[in-house]
Amino acid sequence: MDFATILQILDSTLRLAAPLLLACLAGLFSERSGIFDIGLEGKMLASAFFSAAVAAVTGSVWLGLLAGTAASLVLALIHGLASITFRGNQLISGVAINFLASGLTAFIGQSWFGLGGQTPALSGDGRFARLELPFAETLSGVPVIGPVYAELISGHTLLVYIAVLAVPATWWVLFRTRFGLRLRAVGENPAAVDTAGVSVTGQRYWAVMICGLLCGLAGAYLATGMAAGFVRDMTAGKGYIALAALIFSKWRPWYALWACLLFGLLEAIGIRYQNIDVAGIGTIPVQFMQALPYILTVVILAGFVGRAIPPRAGGQPYVKER
Amino acid sequence: MDRMPRWADIVLVPLINLVLAFFVSGLVVLSIGENPVEAMQIMLRGSVGSATAWGYTLFHATNFIFTGLAVAVAFHARMFNIGGEGQALVGGLGAALVALSVPWPHWALALPATILGAALFGAAWAAIPAWLQARRGSHIVITTIMFNFIAAALLVYLLVNVIKVPGSMAPETARFPEGAHLPSAHDMLGWIGIPYSKSPPVNISFLLAILASVGVWALIWRTRLGFAIRAFGHSEPAAVYAGISPTRIIMAAMLISGGLAGLMAVNTVVGEGERLVIDHVQGAGFVGIAVALMGRSHPFGVFLAAVLFGMLYQGGVELQFEMPAVSREMILVIQALVILFTGALDNMVRIPMENLFLGLRRRRKGKA
Repeated sequence: MDFATILQILDSTLRLAAPLLLACLAGLFSERSGIFDIGLEGKMLASAFFSAAVAAVTGSVWLGLLAGTAASLVLALIHGLASITFRGNQLISGVAINFLASGLTAFIGQSWFGLGGQTPALSGDGRFARLELPFAETLSGVPVIGPVYAELISGHTLLVYIAVLAVPATWWVLFRTRFGLRLRAVGENPAAVDTAGVSVTGQRYWAVMICGLLCGLAGAYLATGMAAGFVRDMTAGKGYIALAALIFSKWRPWYALWACLLFGLLEAIGIRYQNIDVAGIGTIPVQFMQALPYILTVVILAGFVGRAIPPRAGGQPYVKER
Repeated sequence: MDRMPRWADIVLVPLINLVLAFFVSGLVVLSIGENPVEAMQIMLRGSVGSATAWGYTLFHATNFIFTGLAVAVAFHARMFNIGGEGQALVGGLGAALVALSVPWPHWALALPATILGAALFGAAWAAIPAWLQARRGSHIVITTIMFNFIAAALLVYLLVNVIKVPGSMAPETARFPEGAHLPSAHDMLGWIGIPYSKSPPVNISFLLAILASVGVWALIWRTRLGFAIRAFGHSEPAAVYAGISPTRIIMAAMLISGGLAGLMAVNTVVGEGERLVIDHVQGAGFVGIAVALMGRSHPFGVFLAAVLFGMLYQGGVELQFEMPAVSREMILVIQALVILFTGALDNMVRIPMENLFLGLRRRRKGKA
């Protein structure tokens, strides 16, 4: 493996990790506030469809992004209604949202475009263009740093940079602002926050809506940044991998970055090399690479390698005493 | 004091939820400019309009009874087994291995053997998440989701690399021996002299599903273990105080749940396919969630809900032939809405109904 190959793999790692990272941070906001969200997948899928559909019709990727995010927010609102207002089971609500998105996108897609659930291929302004960072061209001649800058850091779409910048932003919001303190507090001990005169309901709705926003960005990136259009069930379990990354990172923003990069790397390697020959051990089948994020998450959940402890009030609807 | 009469609790509220789910589904159909009433009629005709149609409907229903019971048993122990899909996949592997390992002389021998194979493999796939929940406190929902994906990857690997027919391109096992072919409805009705079409895939597994429903009912309400499971589901501290071991209950409930999900493979893999293909479950594991919620975790309710979903699935196939604008995925939407309204938004209907009945009762008391 030479330097150029490594760079290419890392480059695609970053590209593949970006949607995971956005969805993972989305889940982080929601779960830190005590609302479990296994509907990340569905929200991403809805956003992917509506962003691609609107971008295909209007030719503007920005209108697409807006529509995708709006769709994701609507699903987030349903999740909020079910789990906050009506104190329903958050997991069941998440399952419902995933099916709703999977069914509605294919159904509406077929009736709008008649392409078997796909949207027309996007081109030009219908997609997010790659951004060439300043000096990428001039610096590419410099050994090591030049190619790293030109190949790896430069030349991604805007949403990739937003995903990476969302990590420090999330950290800052959650751990350095009053809003973040309260958000984390309603996830640990909502009664205490209520006693302090802060609305648990309001705080949780904020968290769920931020989750919807970030899932919207993740889905729009999938359909208009990474791919050129929507295909049926294109999230293909990415929402669940993001969920796995969230647990893997123990609900912390910086760890989430590393977890998503790791899972992105696994995917990148899996795409590039179908079956990997390891001297002395034999062949690692591609299916193993695909299953590895899930296996790693189970191992982490089992607490054999560092224990993952979820927010204490997670999954429980808050009932104010009467 | 109960806030609502029992009939309102177990019939009225679920019914209102169901009507809401179908009403919203109708709006979705309306939104693309098709007539929902007409769509409903086509679905009804396609699913229960003829004896042949019933054959397909009950075939789907058989799957959903198994996966629905699986989710229901776990619900009784207050666990959410999302892993029915993976457990059924692995159950299919067990059934296929059993069916292929012996040149079965007669289906009467092959049936119990494949039942055992499917149930054991399904249960084994549920055992690890169950153990992790009981001993390590890992959340069963997350682990069973992860195990769904691991099962899918495992099956693809095995079918592509290990157990497919040598020289064949298709990722599927060899056809099961003649003696492992289960009697279909055509065969069974033929024994008692009723002519029936050969095409519907419904087979003896449907009777097995009915047996399983009765068995689950007896288990939950007529055995010591069932009592322990329900006690644990209602209150873990109370169960522990009564000397019930949480580990034992979690393991037992999840093994039974996984076994039931695995049994679905007897219908699809042994009964219909007569070979193992990549995805014989086709989402039935997830339908089980909707079915269990709708049936309020009672085997009889699960049975009714499973038949209803069987109608939806079969009706959906017909619908896409007759109304090309309405694609099959409409069923997924209905399924999602049923889960949403009966599962997550239950309180939206329940709380106003409770207040209504409380108000009625107060007024009656005031008069008396």
